[in-house]
Amino acid sequence: MNSLQIKNLSANIADKQILKELCLEIPQGEVHAIMGPNGSGKSTLSKVLAGHPDYEVTNGEVLMDGVKILGQDADEIARSGLFLAFQYPVEVAGVSIANFIRAALQARLPDGESIKAVDYYKDLYAHMDDLGMDRKFTSRSLNDGFSGGEKKRCEFLQMSMLKPHYCILDETDSGLDIDALRIVSAGVNRMRSDDRGFMVITHYQRLLEYIEPDVVHVMWDGKIVHSGDKSLALELEAKGYDWIKEEFAA
Amino acid sequence: MIQSTEFDIDTEKGNFRFDTDYAFDAGVGLNADVVRYISNVKEEKEWILDFRLKALETFLKKPLPTHWATEDLKNINFDVIRYYLAKGQKPSRSWDDVPDDVKNTFERLGIPEQERKFLAGVEAQFDSEAAYSNMKEGLEKEGVIFVGPTEGLRDHPEIFKKWFGKVIPTSDNKFSALNSAVFSGGSFIYIPPGVKLKQPLQAYFRINAENFGQFERTLIIADEGSEVTYMEGCTAPKFETSTLHSAVVELVALKGSKVQYITVQNWSNNVYNLVTKRAMAEEEAEVRWIDCNIGSRLTMKYPGVILRGRKARGEVLSIALSNSGQHQDTGAKMVHAADETTSNIIAKSISIGTGRSSYRGLVRMPKHLKNCKNNTECDALLINSESQTDTYPAITVQGEGNSVQHEATVSKVSADQIFYMQQRGLSEGEAMSLCVNGFVNDLIREFPMEYSVELKRLIDMEMEGSVG
Repeated sequence: MNSLQIKNLSANIADKQILKELCLEIPQGEVHAIMGPNGSGKSTLSKVLAGHPDYEVTNGEVLMDGVKILGQDADEIARSGLFLAFQYPVEVAGVSIANFIRAALQARLPDGESIKAVDYYKDLYAHMDDLGMDRKFTSRSLNDGFSGGEKKRCEFLQMSMLKPHYCILDETDSGLDIDALRIVSAGVNRMRSDDRGFMVITHYQRLLEYIEPDVVHVMWDGKIVHSGDKSLALELEAKGYDWIKEEFAA
Repeated sequence: MIQSTEFDIDTEKGNFRFDTDYAFDAGVGLNADVVRYISNVKEEKEWILDFRLKALETFLKKPLPTHWATEDLKNINFDVIRYYLAKGQKPSRSWDDVPDDVKNTFERLGIPEQERKFLAGVEAQFDSEAAYSNMKEGLEKEGVIFVGPTEGLRDHPEIFKKWFGKVIPTSDNKFSALNSAVFSGGSFIYIPPGVKLKQPLQAYFRINAENFGQFERTLIIADEGSEVTYMEGCTAPKFETSTLHSAVVELVALKGSKVQYITVQNWSNNVYNLVTKRAMAEEEAEVRWIDCNIGSRLTMKYPGVILRGRKARGEVLSIALSNSGQHQDTGAKMVHAADETTSNIIAKSISIGTGRSSYRGLVRMPKHLKNCKNNTECDALLINSESQTDTYPAITVQGEGNSVQHEATVSKVSADQIFYMQQRGLSEGEAMSLCVNGFVNDLIREFPMEYSVELKRLIDMEMEGSVG
């Protein structure tokens, strides 16, 4: 079975241990939510999986469809099919969205092959229509001067164009109003399929009303301390995280 | 649109050399005999020899400008350079008549192909002299002159003598004096009144010999209401020792004319590129310098426009890219000398690795002038933490009703940007290339298509090579 499998993963940043022997498996076709209080290591997990060079992995293994990805460069991991929708997308002045996505698609082609412009734009516009984005968007500089909602939409435009096998959504709901949340969630739901797995990192239950998870995990102090079905999210919403701390922080 | 694969100028493409025999060699080092030798080979008139000998005196007297410029100038050893090397052939009008070794060089650089595609005329200089010089049919009948300085001063003294050395006097700086003493090759161009060239004229400067100095001299005169675009490209193989390129370029834009001068400098990284470029713009004339400096060890170049006539307009658009071991010391000069003159300077520099980019600007608007405007923007992009940039703007504005706008920014490609782009599947090099292209994009859009495509490709290649 194809999956994103995380085994006993420990990682540091600047000699501070953030992830502590974390274990988790996300099979293709499933949506797993990761919930947890601030500082539990959720965003670190997403960056370590994506190959961020600032984090030092001290233990464990990550297998994407059976292939070890730790130690690969971030771009290799990305081309193998892992996509991270950033909590804070980075601004790059002068690089248009259209050119950026095109370059990213081009990077996935073998040497000597190139993207056909007509097909590319047709595809791009169709995805933009789905996300309710104006055509003028294509010529704007990547995330430069975008509102919070525009940045998130731009992330999901990239995700839908690049068709990854595993999608990590890091705090996607932050900075989104309710309309934008609906549109973005609809986009994610359209992408749900048997050959794609999702890790949805969120602090609040709200997002999970729109993107219904198969499994909910609670993260605390660098590891997964509790897992359950979607009702766990509601329980966390009602009771807060304190009971988790009492039960698992020992 | 020209596909990038059809262009063949890049840092590695220039790095080759065919063996060549020279019929004329002025030997090593510089003295009055060398100057006499050059003048004699060219069968020059007495006044030109005098001009050269006086220039040699000025050169020897003037100190290196290290009080404001880099100490690296002291590493030029003028005694080991060869100042004149030529095969003794007149420039051919057909590539078939160009000697094979020289022809192969230019073919490999793609010059004859570009000529067929989009150029009105080409001059290809090999070391000290042009090997090839030709114009599209019909231009000669319209009175266009496109020759070297030797032919220009000999065959058309009534046109060229008047302006020769007038825009840039011999004593302007140590290197303009050096050029005036030993100049050889380059372009002398005259565009008659009202003649508008639809396609560019191009010169290509190739250094083939080691320990050699190339000193071409260019003078372009655009008569009233005429229009011309001139492009120059340059390469040299990578030698063990340093090579010197020191040109003087004078532009004269008479009333209502338009002159555009485009440079894509891509010397190998051991060339000292010390060039003086200046234009004179008469009433309602427009001069635009587009200056791209990618190669060389040290480039010092500050194209200028003296705005002499009312409503004259001057512009410098420049891009400098300094990789490790390189220093691009570039900028612009705008001297306003008449009412209602306007000037625009946009300079963008990119420093990679330990590369250093310096911007030096000079804008002068004296007190008695009215309604003059200058806009200066200089932006620097730093790629690595050890990359350097420095800016020295000198703006003197007096009088009322004159306005100056100056903006300068320094930005850095951040690790966050690179990680973000890598997460989408771009390699580190591709990510940096995109950032750099994004940085220069709005400026490159101003360039003629053929050159913007080529420039983007050159930038991509520099970036790929710079990421370990």
